[in-house]
Order: sequence, then structure tokens, then C-alpha cells
Amino acid sequence: MADLSVNICGIDFKNPIIPASGVFGYGREYEEFYSLSELGGIATKGTTAKKRTGNLAPRIAETPAGMLNSVGLQNGGIDNFIAQELPNLLQKNTVILANIAGSTPEECAEVASKLDNTDVHMIELNISCPNVKQGGAAFGTSCAMAEQVTSVVRKATSKPLVVKLSPNVTSITEIAKAVESAGADAVSLINTLLGMRIDVNTRRPVLRNNVGGLSGSAIFPIAVRMVWQVANAVQIPIIGMGGVTSGENAIELMMAGASAVQVGMAVFTDPYAPIKIINQMQEFLDNKNISSVREIIGTVQPW
Amino acid sequence: MKYLQGKYPVINKQALAHDVYSILILCPEVAKLAQAGQFVHILPTGFGLRRPISIAGIDKKNGVLRIVFVIKGNGTKAIADLKQGDFIDMIAPLGHGFTLMPEAEHVVLVGGGIGVPPMLPLAEYYGEKATAISGFRSFQQVILQEDLENYGAKTICCTEDGSAGAVKGFVTTPLEQLLTESVDAVFACGALPMLKAVAELCKRNKIYCEVSMEERMACGVGACLGCACEIKNADGEINFLHVCKNGPVFNAEEVCW
Repeated sequence: MADLSVNICGIDFKNPIIPASGVFGYGREYEEFYSLSELGGIATKGTTAKKRTGNLAPRIAETPAGMLNSVGLQNGGIDNFIAQELPNLLQKNTVILANIAGSTPEECAEVASKLDNTDVHMIELNISCPNVKQGGAAFGTSCAMAEQVTSVVRKATSKPLVVKLSPNVTSITEIAKAVESAGADAVSLINTLLGMRIDVNTRRPVLRNNVGGLSGSAIFPIAVRMVWQVANAVQIPIIGMGGVTSGENAIELMMAGASAVQVGMAVFTDPYAPIKIINQMQEFLDNKNISSVREIIGTVQPW
Repeated sequence: MKYLQGKYPVINKQALAHDVYSILILCPEVAKLAQAGQFVHILPTGFGLRRPISIAGIDKKNGVLRIVFVIKGNGTKAIADLKQGDFIDMIAPLGHGFTLMPEAEHVVLVGGGIGVPPMLPLAEYYGEKATAISGFRSFQQVILQEDLENYGAKTICCTEDGSAGAVKGFVTTPLEQLLTESVDAVFACGALPMLKAVAELCKRNKIYCEVSMEERMACGVGACLGCACEIKNADGEINFLHVCKNGPVFNAEEVCW
């Protein structure tokens, strides 16, 4: 049996598979299907300083091989997260990445500093949410802003800091280098791509927010490309994501340079997707007589 | 609550009207738990997102669930293409259903179009104590009137063009009349304008009303927060709750129409 464990920023993961932020809530619903301890980690629903109500519905639209969402960071706020959700999550014997967001660098820092006093394992700073008017992707689409928000949050916490990058940029490598220089311990990518659908009968956008984030297997090749480019541009570890639906997809992202892999939309198709992906990775490695998943990280042989 | 996901055999499929299908699914462990007003979350083969479909019949003895749905797009078309013996991938039963009131003496079930099917389990429960008002555009869409009657419910069928049923017009006309009599509760499912009109009539007549809401969903279990519905709580505070977990059935007075 191949060893699936990985280590990112000094944190041990029993396997590289992590349900992505936003698809998994705080794990409570999926715990009704299987034990959360089977997962490498959990990236929790994005948390802001204060409660946010989110966007009007419809927030969801299916697209070819994917989906659009415009949830808009609905969450109960950091105090609620720390009091109501985190204690439960920390008992689940899996790595908890608290995903945080804010409208200003100071708000992000406030959230991070509150988490600094908890036992959460890592902080994933979302500078790439396409569904909120302020902050969100605005931080993630300019090097200067990405650097500033990372640097302010860096000062607010000693927890391992993962910065989640937007693909809606001209050069993701420049942004990755900017957050690396500002003190990020790792980067995670890609967040959703901004998309839109229109109902041709009503001439109305399908989403009430008009636009939303595209995820699902449609974006997987973009994720592979961006992970590979970023892996060639920075020294810090990468958590890859974007349309992963199988163990082979996860292996592919790791060969492109990811040290761990998040799973998003696939969870909606099949709640057991993360577990199946772990098993498929195990099978792939065993069939190839590869003793540890760590051996495949960044091993793509480019032409 | 433990969620069940599995692949269950289709034991019967029937066309009820143009693009409207009834499917019986053998799923004893789901049928055992299912309640009126809950839904099943079906994965059409080849699609990425599941389709929430309300439960139209619960046969606990034989372990069979019935769903009745209309083809709205390629996903529901794929479900309608299933044949007897095929397997249907579903997470079920999901959601918070209708309140069953053992002491109620007269309840009114209001279904509009494809909102009629979730009224069937209520008709089964309330039997002769139920009056079922169903509204359709025209005679081609009329479904399930006999099924409602077989459970003992009194039926009032309305069509917008008067081509079938006793009433020409909307469900609100007979409902308004009924509400002047003694009615303990109204349960409704249908298009948003209909639900809103039903909720207003009930509020005016001070009659308890529950509505089953519909929204585009992803996870179906309350994790992704996709299917938001504005709900005001007892303190008047407005929050987005979620149709899949907090609903699909809500107290009509709490919905922000």
C-alpha cells in the first residue's frame, strides 16, 4: 500500500484530498455519509468578520461539464465559526483549513487574528471570491493588492497561511510571486472562473447576481495549466483544485506541482467523491509500484 | 439524520400528460424514512448536478416511492428516459416536510401544475378531511385527480381556460370560498405567484398555511447554501435559509414574499 500522506507547511495530512471551501459547509452534512477522519483535510466555508447574508437566488446554474454559483459568501461570521463550528471540527481527526475573506485587508486580518488564538491548523485566505462586490477577487487580480492583503494578514497570524488565488487574471504567476514575497506559506488554486448564462426566453441572466463562478470538470485543464505555471514560479507549496472528479485527475494536478488537492463540485455529483478519489489514488500508485504519493509531486516531464 | 445515497431500481414508469411522468422506485430504506413534503435528489446519467424532485407517494409496506415530474430540460429528460429495471441514483429522503396534524378536521391542499404531486402523501394522510384544489393551464395538463380522490380527498379542479374541471380560473377562487368555512390548515405547492396569493388569502383569513418552495440546488443537504430563500424569524429578522434543508416546506407567514 502506497503512502498517501503529505506535509504542507509542517502540517501532516494523512492523504492529499481536501473538500474545497464552499462545497462542504463545516462538514456536518457530509458526516452523515462517512467519517470525516477519512479525509486529508477540510477547507471550511469562507468566513468573514461579521455575518453575511449572501446573494439573492437563483445562486446556482448548471453548465456543460460544470456549474455556476453566486452564493456570495453567506456565513455566520468569525465569532460564530469559532464558537459553534470549529470545536466540533477539531475533534474530527483531520486537518482543518479555515477559509477566510473580507472586504478590506483589515477585515481579513481581524478574522485571521481571531483564529490565531484557536487550534485551527491552517488559514486559507480567499483573495479570489468572484461573488462579492468589495474585496474578494478585487484583492486577487492586482499584484499590489494581493501583496498588501497577504502582508497585513501575515502580521495578524502565526498559523500556516495559504492564499487562494483567482484564475481571472492575466498572469497568475505574478500574483503567486507577489503573495509569496508578502509571506504566504502556500498558495491554493484555482478559484472559480467568472462566467454567465442567459435564459434566452426571458432574456434574464440565469443567476440573480448576473454573473457567478464557474467550477466543475470544464475548468480542470485550466487548473492543471495554472498549477504547473505557478509551480515553476514559486518555492512555496501549492494546493491544487479546479474540476477534479477522479483519482487520476488528482494525480495529474500533483504531477503538475500540487502537494495536495481540493475537490469541489464533484461532491455535489457524488457526496462520496472525496473518498472514492482517495481510493483511486491509492490504486493508481499501487498499480505503478509507487511507494509514496509525495514521489509524484511536480514530476510532469514537459516537452 | 443519516443520509442515504444509492442506486435503486425503477419498477414502473407511466406518462401522465405531455412531458409529465410518474416513476415508482423500489427503495425500502428510503420509503421507511420518507415523509410528506420531502424530496429526492436524483442524478441524471451524464450530468454533474442532481435534480430535486418531490415525493408523490410513500408506500412503506412495499418499500416503494413514487415521483411525478415534468420535463424541464435535459436533466429531467434523462430521468424520464429511464425504463423499468434501470437504476436511479438518488440521495433521499431530504428536506423538512409538511406538518401532519392528527387533530385537524378539515385541511385544504392547493397544488398548481407540477405542484400537485406533493399533495398526494397529504391526501393519503388526511383522507376525507382533505379538500384538494388543483390548478392547471388547460385540460392537457390535468393530472392526479383520481389519485387524490382514491385517498378520499374531495377534489376541485381548476383550469385557466376552463377546458376541464369545475372552475375556470385560478385556484384562489375556490380557496377564497373554502376559507370562509372552518379550515384548520392549508398546504400548498406550485409556482411562486400562486403560493404568494395562497399565503395572502390564508393570512387575511387567519388560517395556518405551509408552502413548499422550489429553488435551484447543488448539494441538496444544506452544505453549499445555493438554494437560498428569504425567511423572517419571530423577531422579524430576515435571513437566507435553504430550501433543501430548512425547507422545502416553510410556514407561509415566515416567507418574505
